[in-house]
Amino acid sequence: MISFILIVLASLFFTGIINRTKSITSGRKGPGIFQPMKDIVRLLKKGSVYSKTTSIIFQIAPSIYFASIIMAIMVIPLGEYKGIISFEGDFVFFAYILGVGKFFMIISALDTGSSFEGMGASREALFSMFAEPAFFILMGSFALLTGHTSFQEIFASMHFGPYISYILGVLATFVLAMITMIENSRIPIDDPKTHLELTMVHEVMILDNSGFDLGMILYATNLKFAMYGALIANLFMGSFPLYLTIPFFFGIQILFAIAVGLLESFTARFRMNHNAQYILALSSVSLLIFLGVLVILGQLN
Amino acid sequence: MNYTGIRNNETIPISTIPELDYSSFLELNVFTLLNTAGSHCVSYFGFPWFDKIKLICCIAKDEQNSICISSSVIDMKQPLPSFSNYKLVFEKFEREIHENFGINYTDHPWLKPVRFPFNRFDKSSNIANYPFFKIESEELHEVGVGPIHAGIIEPGHFRFICNGEQILHLEIQLGYQHRGVEQLFLDKKKLLQRVVLAENIAGDSAAGHTVAFVNLWESLCKFQPGRDLQLSRTIALELERIAVHTGDLSGMCTDVAYQLGSAVYGRLRTPVINYFQKWCGNRLAKGLVRVGKNNYPITQTLADELLVLFEEYEKDFEEISEELFSLPSTLARFEKTGVVTTEQAALVGTVGMSARMSELKRDIRFSHPHDLYPELRHEPVLRNQGDVYSRGRIRKKEIDQSMGYIRELIQNLPSVEAADQLGNPIPNSFAISLVEGWRGEICHCAITGDNGDLIHYKIKDPSFHNWLAMALAVRNNEISDFPICNKSFDLSYCGHDL
Repeated sequence: MISFILIVLASLFFTGIINRTKSITSGRKGPGIFQPMKDIVRLLKKGSVYSKTTSIIFQIAPSIYFASIIMAIMVIPLGEYKGIISFEGDFVFFAYILGVGKFFMIISALDTGSSFEGMGASREALFSMFAEPAFFILMGSFALLTGHTSFQEIFASMHFGPYISYILGVLATFVLAMITMIENSRIPIDDPKTHLELTMVHEVMILDNSGFDLGMILYATNLKFAMYGALIANLFMGSFPLYLTIPFFFGIQILFAIAVGLLESFTARFRMNHNAQYILALSSVSLLIFLGVLVILGQLN
Repeated sequence: MNYTGIRNNETIPISTIPELDYSSFLELNVFTLLNTAGSHCVSYFGFPWFDKIKLICCIAKDEQNSICISSSVIDMKQPLPSFSNYKLVFEKFEREIHENFGINYTDHPWLKPVRFPFNRFDKSSNIANYPFFKIESEELHEVGVGPIHAGIIEPGHFRFICNGEQILHLEIQLGYQHRGVEQLFLDKKKLLQRVVLAENIAGDSAAGHTVAFVNLWESLCKFQPGRDLQLSRTIALELERIAVHTGDLSGMCTDVAYQLGSAVYGRLRTPVINYFQKWCGNRLAKGLVRVGKNNYPITQTLADELLVLFEEYEKDFEEISEELFSLPSTLARFEKTGVVTTEQAALVGTVGMSARMSELKRDIRFSHPHDLYPELRHEPVLRNQGDVYSRGRIRKKEIDQSMGYIRELIQNLPSVEAADQLGNPIPNSFAISLVEGWRGEICHCAITGDNGDLIHYKIKDPSFHNWLAMALAVRNNEISDFPICNKSFDLSYCGHDL
């Protein structure tokens, strides 16, 4: 329960911090860190407009997407403290419940019949597909290392003993951070601020959504950021007592948001065909982690 | 010699333009283009001449600094062999002639509409039934963009034929911005109305088009502009170049999501256009250039302010350009994206920056200098890759060059002389004016009638030919690279649509 509450709290300011960092680096004052939330609240107060060409799928997809994120967050623990749901193999559940949400967003984009949205949907499907092995090799390696298969047990029993495990921690952070950028469609994979439909990935899929639906989708993005931030924080928390865990959790979230902001300020995004290559390369970083785990376990002679 | 060779901004009696029969007219112009190095067609148009059509073709010979004018009178009913069959650069001119007067060509590749003018020959051809290039394929798909633009720029429809993410073909359909500018030049009788009209041909080239118009009109009236007039026109052109190029660099950064470049170039553009505001009361230099008089001479104070502005501008500009053109993530997007080869550029007849990036040495400041350009001895900046990187790099170099020119020019400010009285245009004359705007060569032609009134006015914006180069550039690129290609050309919709 505690992790759920903390993630929701972190989601309130996460994108705000990214935007503020980007504003400061470009020499602007920028909006307050709660501005994205205020925008979402404004959207939630509005009704939605549906195109006549769309079917029921288009109307239910945002709710399913939002629900899938909430479900995924429930699985995430906070160090030793279990999430609301916790069972053997829950990281598989985590990945595929997110997949369900994404699947509905993709078919709802196709439902609109727009040539742009179909294009965005095909890109999103491709990139998520490529990101999947990276996540599973990473979690699988940790399962092998700790001998457990649920998030809570994996994170609780992870100790950074030998020096090589620090390297694993850094690599795992990198992989998770990049998966966050892919899943949230941020630079260098996608540019959430662009007005150019032809270059969009996620943004173009939600062009037809409006009002309450759009508000839900945008808030889901904020939640997703905080969710992956929580996963990264978990990597290092181990068995800290609660009074240390909570500041540590927020510290990691804020650092992560600032890092995302800095990355988005000083680099350009990839060319679209480099995205697929880049995401596939993430899997090889995960394989390195797997190799490291084998070394630690002494199974490599 | 069956053409008349004239200089830029020269007025000649229309009777001195040789009138040929169509087949020798065709032969002459195609032959001149094929056999003269550095020649290109600056304008080719028709206008009603008694109950027939008179065609006038103007070919610029860049090395001789001259423009060859020839003409032919043809009957509207009779189908003609096309110039385009020999040289593709005439393709759009002939489509325009076909659209305006219904002249048919026997061997033109595709006589599709250009801009749907209100007084077109075939009223049944309209924007709704534009004949798009079609594909019958299960594997390929079409993506239509526009005419409503997602951002804040102008309307135009782009239709892509794609194989997955790859663009196989792009067709650009324009005409939404047609206002009938050429006809308005004839209808509006007051000189001030006409200057204001020239300022509004393309909002981002206000200085370019206005200088072309005033040079043309002054030439028609045999008015010799004083040095102070020429100075402010030259500075206006170069400042406009600096301002728009900086804004374009910012736009290019935005399109590859490079926030730092976008913010810094955006900030750098503002003081430059604000300087126009201080100088003439308008940030786009509207009201600055007028026929035969200088309402806003450059004073010593203004000149000093400009030097201070450049000093501050240059420091940041060099720093961010250094960063932009060495950052791996931006280079990965800019290099080898949207390539136009030298052959393609010559084939479609690109002008201005879009020609220079493919190593075509086309620059009016160099080949047909006007105002104070003869003293500057301009040497065009050339690149040979023809990609987005080249277009960005040329902008950067041209900004440096322009700052150098302005610094040189304002060292010795001329005293403001009382201008001569502006006379009336000479009857029965033809005049041509070429100006290198920031986008490229702007060509204005005027023909006067018996009482010295305009009977035809012809404008050619650099975008006229460059749009086709853009369509070629995106072929085989990814569709997601289209916006950056488009921005790196930054062509005008209203300049094309008139």
